Amino acid sequence: MSAADLPIVSVRGLVNRFGTQTVHDGLDLDIRSGEIFGIVGGSGSGKSVLLRSILGLQRPVAGSVAIEGRDITRLSDEELRAVKRSYGVTFQHGALFSSLTVSQNVELPIAEYVDLKQETLTALSELRIRMVGLPADAGSKYPAQLSGGMVKRAALARALALEPGLLFLDEPTSGLDPISAAAFDELILYLQEHLHLTVVMITHDLDTIMRTCNRVGVIVDARMIVDSLDGILQNEHPWIREYFHGPRARAVGDRSTAMGKTNG
Amino acid sequence: MAHTQTNDGATLTLKFTGDCVVDRLPELEADLAAASASGARSVIFDVSGIGRLDISSAWLILDRARHLTATGVATRLVGARSEHFEFLEELTRTSAEAAAQGAAERLALWQRFPRDVGLWTLKRTDDLVGGTAFLGHLVAIFVSAGRDLKRLRAPSIVRHVYETGVTAMPIVALIAFLISVIVAYLGADQLRKFGAEIFVVDLVTIAVLREMGVLLTAIIVAGRSGSAFAAEIGVMKLNEEVDALDAIGMNPVEVLVLPRVIGLVIALPLLTVLADATGLVGGGLLSSWLVNIPPTQYLQRMQEAISSTTFWAGIVKAPVFAVLIAAVGTFRGMQVRGSSRELGRLTTVAVVQSIFLVILADALFAILFVKIDF
Repeated sequence: MSAADLPIVSVRGLVNRFGTQTVHDGLDLDIRSGEIFGIVGGSGSGKSVLLRSILGLQRPVAGSVAIEGRDITRLSDEELRAVKRSYGVTFQHGALFSSLTVSQNVELPIAEYVDLKQETLTALSELRIRMVGLPADAGSKYPAQLSGGMVKRAALARALALEPGLLFLDEPTSGLDPISAAAFDELILYLQEHLHLTVVMITHDLDTIMRTCNRVGVIVDARMIVDSLDGILQNEHPWIREYFHGPRARAVGDRSTAMGKTNG
Repeated sequence: MAHTQTNDGATLTLKFTGDCVVDRLPELEADLAAASASGARSVIFDVSGIGRLDISSAWLILDRARHLTATGVATRLVGARSEHFEFLEELTRTSAEAAAQGAAERLALWQRFPRDVGLWTLKRTDDLVGGTAFLGHLVAIFVSAGRDLKRLRAPSIVRHVYETGVTAMPIVALIAFLISVIVAYLGADQLRKFGAEIFVVDLVTIAVLREMGVLLTAIIVAGRSGSAFAAEIGVMKLNEEVDALDAIGMNPVEVLVLPRVIGLVIALPLLTVLADATGLVGGGLLSSWLVNIPPTQYLQRMQEAISSTTFWAGIVKAPVFAVLIAAVGTFRGMQVRGSSRELGRLTTVAVVQSIFLVILADALFAILFVKIDF
């Protein structure tokens, strides 16, 4: 197996427990370089816990999580910091620092790791802000002054601050109207293509999954079922069938089929 | 990155080699700054030798080229095989008009100063008007809720009496005790020079009952509960809980503010009584220990020193202080919107202003009591 085929994220036998409640019980997951991977699961199935485990924000009870071949459950704090520098994350509600302007939010990670003059930082944050399709005057605004869609874009700009190859998105389109959500899907595809990103997203938005994802992982029974999008749509597991073919999904699925859409 | 500069007369050639990635931006920054400072009339950016080029580096090179062009220097990009440059050119084209309108206006100092004074004045006026309106609203709600006792929300009031009163008892008692001991100690030291140690009792009892008991209690409560009110209500504002109450048809002032005000109006006088009592005990203990006034004599002297109004002159101020503290805390809490930073700022403002208002009111009371000989 050549280096290019190595999974960029590899989770093996992940176990997470809170008290007596087992959230993950031997969960396996491989994410390949350059793909857009969607993580799906019911409320309380541990999607966010999985993400926190992969990000190294939370140590799992058992199992290993490797990012670019390094098992982050065994790294020292300093090595973990280097791993954290190599990925970008957006959180569900944006998690922009409310006391900083959008520009300052974007500059913060850059200034933390690279010693640059303010002028250069401004130019770099301006680039990020343009890349995510925000108007130029958004940079001087505070998060409280932004609309929901702009917060998501600003959070993406901050996640891209250090040019990560790996991007994690937690519910990137939740709370957006369908038009904004669709525009955000296009933005993710656009950036993924131009910046050669690997994108891992947690989402409930079936439209987003259909439009963007190459492969999908579904958390059921504390484990993960991974397949290509088409494969998952054919899956016979009752919960997955209900999820992708239930009343709310049918309209989306029908439309995708009618449009003769192919993924990948 | 390793680079070579060749400067043949008026033309400067920047030849980039190696990798241009985020971690090496400081080197690139320095090279580009040097190119600007060189004073050449024509600059050639030769990027053909770059190994890995990331988008930030490409952007900075383009950005510098644009700046130089704007100042009349001819620039040329050579060997751009990376798609990044195309991507960035496209990005620049699509967002150029957006950038043009985004340029923020910069005001000179002489323009900024009157503007800031004006803005400050407007803000203070808003505060004053808003505060007065809030107080009026509070009174109106109190009057209308007073007709229907259920709307006064007794369980909520009891909770606030407990949180602002009962839980504050240890600290209020301790501080009142210590302060009166300090006053008695310093007073005894001075009065001994005149052989008038017995007047320590007058000093302590009058100071504690008229002023210090109530004032200290109010300041402690402003720090503890004024900030808690502002923070609790502020967080509820941020979570849209206040809007939710409003939408259910419950008046937020009636549900959140009134119980806190009434609770504190009940708790603060009671805390003041406690502070008075522990203060007098502290003075008594120190008197018997330091100036040999036995407790029985202390009590007797105390009754001679105070008139029937001394205790009341202190205690009547407590409800007024309570209203001030609770109203300022809840008002500032209600003003929170937008961000957690506002929450912190307004919590601080609530404490500072309520302490200031308490002391101001105390001064007014002092003048009033002297005038009416209370």
